[in-house]
Amino acid sequence: MSARRPLPRWADIALLPAINLLLAFLVSGLVVLLVGQNPLHAIQVIIYGAFGYGDGLGYTLYYATNFIFTGLAVAVAAHAGLFNIGGDGQAYVAGLGAIIVALALDQTHWLLVLPLAVMASAAFGGFWAFVPGWLQAKRGSHVVITTIMFNFIASALMVYLLNRVLKTRTNMAPESDTIEVAGRLPQLRQFISFFGYSPVNLSIVIAVLALIGVYILIWHTKFGYAMRVLGANPTASRYAGISNSRMIMITMAISGALAGMMAINEVLGVQNRLVLDFVAGAGFVGIAVALMGRNHPVGIALAAILFGALYQGGQELQFVIPGITREMIVVIQALVILFTGAMEGLFRPSLERAFMLFSPEQKAQAIAVSTAKPEA
Amino acid sequence: MDIAAILSILDATIRLSTPLLLACLAGMYSERAGIFDIGLEGKMLAAAFAAGAVAAITGSAWLGLLAGMAVSLSTTLLQGAAAITLKGNQLIAGVAINMLAAGMTTFLGQTWFSQGGRTPPLQPGGRFEPITLPFANELAGIPILGQIYADLISGHYILVYIAFIMVPVTAFVLYRTRFGLRLRAVGENPKAVDTAGISVVKQRYQAIIITGLLCGVAGAYFSIAQGSGFGNNMTAGKGYIALAALIFAKWKPVPAMFTCLLFGFLDALQIRLQGAQLGGVEIPVQAIQALPYVLTVILLAGFIGKAVGPKAGGVAYTKER
Repeated sequence: MSARRPLPRWADIALLPAINLLLAFLVSGLVVLLVGQNPLHAIQVIIYGAFGYGDGLGYTLYYATNFIFTGLAVAVAAHAGLFNIGGDGQAYVAGLGAIIVALALDQTHWLLVLPLAVMASAAFGGFWAFVPGWLQAKRGSHVVITTIMFNFIASALMVYLLNRVLKTRTNMAPESDTIEVAGRLPQLRQFISFFGYSPVNLSIVIAVLALIGVYILIWHTKFGYAMRVLGANPTASRYAGISNSRMIMITMAISGALAGMMAINEVLGVQNRLVLDFVAGAGFVGIAVALMGRNHPVGIALAAILFGALYQGGQELQFVIPGITREMIVVIQALVILFTGAMEGLFRPSLERAFMLFSPEQKAQAIAVSTAKPEA
Repeated sequence: MDIAAILSILDATIRLSTPLLLACLAGMYSERAGIFDIGLEGKMLAAAFAAGAVAAITGSAWLGLLAGMAVSLSTTLLQGAAAITLKGNQLIAGVAINMLAAGMTTFLGQTWFSQGGRTPPLQPGGRFEPITLPFANELAGIPILGQIYADLISGHYILVYIAFIMVPVTAFVLYRTRFGLRLRAVGENPKAVDTAGISVVKQRYQAIIITGLLCGVAGAYFSIAQGSGFGNNMTAGKGYIALAALIFAKWKPVPAMFTCLLFGFLDALQIRLQGAQLGGVEIPVQAIQALPYVLTVILLAGFIGKAVGPKAGGVAYTKER
């Protein structure tokens, strides 16, 4: 057997994920068939629900904003060879930073609240990821296990704070005070009536800035280069004079800060207060988004919109087709993670073989075989 | 606190630590063979649903248990295909399994039974009944020892006894059999095992098959022993606690039992401590809930001893070309 050749770049970053995604959708379609519904009708409903009208598109973009932040968080860590599974906890704790600033300044103006809240949420989220990073760098504990544990610790901490510290006297529900109108982030519908009643807001602009920022950070700075060296080969990076432990800590802090900025969208943009479990698993969706987007900002933007569309379309789905619940979306998500992440190798060998058929060597060999004299 | 109150807390401890213990031992087989398993939660959840659904339909707890084990096993094999055969990222495979189980159980539960994701309540025979050990009633009158025997040791579901019997069994299998030696070797140094002519892939599959079966029992315990029917997300993070316990016990069977008992005790305490005072200060229930996770973080950081996992854990084995 001839040696494997790596796939052309376009096939690696576009074709392979597309095939894996298709497979995830096919299996999801089978699940829909299994419960006696028509998958094609389901797809139709999802697409119309997500893109077909202003409100739907607005919701899609609102969900996508969250997923851009959490996807970027996973991607930045992945470039340094770290798997940050704690986006959920980081964003949850970051909500605390956002609400503290917002409630302190909500009498002023959102233009003042926004930058400070961004900094606060990034700082809180960053801190919640820095500690696992520090533990890995200095004490050798695995960042995956630590971030999982930190998700649960964050959850317990926030339940306590919302019930005992932030809860208002007048309100029975475990939630914080509501931010005054002056401190809330403007909704896009205030400028573009097309978006109807959807909650997409100015934080989508911050998400786009974050995408650009991460692109520059990873591919156009010395730090980003060091990060990628660490991810590709920690031994090489150490011999190159890079402090691996310092890189791990800073990278995790950046990753957590990005996950934390998700809180801006939810707390300042939509809920206007801190509520229980407002992250709702977005940190885990970030894993799927980063895997699908191949850890590249452009890919992440596209994957985030795809997942935003699935979320919004999934909401419609449960109203239009009885018997299908929105958990179907979690199933699709899981299948995307399974096929694009864990089973990424499923089609690679056959795809590599298919590409070999068109390679110059293969042609030469084929010609040689066809022109060779049959053995006596 | 009188003896009855103490016994009732300890009784709850045993009940609450049983699924942890089963899942923890399950994870031990997998991780000792070099496969990191963060999918314990998902496998238990899938098994709990299958067991609850089948027991509700057939009215047989045993069929429910079998169904739970079968579903857990197939989930494990899917994860194994990704992590062993396709050499994919073991952690990502685990995350996918957890999400798949969370989505599928609620989705199928809702579409099949239309009760908000729950399975129908179980008929008599559909769930395991507590077992009264011999002479438990006669001995109950004897103070302390008799009470301990009657209230604490007797009167549990059969799955509880299976879980605790599995501790010496696991210790024996891991340390006293050829299979166990090879299993541990595959987790420490797969290359050496390969050189000795033993298939690393086959050995790892054998390990995760045991993982799958044990997770199936753990999951079934939730829906057809402890509860009567499956409820949405009923494992509620216990898979992660089991994972924490596994690390805390440094991947050893007997310490695993004590760790699971400790975490079960914390859980029992947390239920009892709602609103309780300690020296005039109210202990937040959340602090006790978070304790296992905090302890694991501290342990992993080496502040209270060092937890070093199997050396070859987390990486798929590739033969040199």
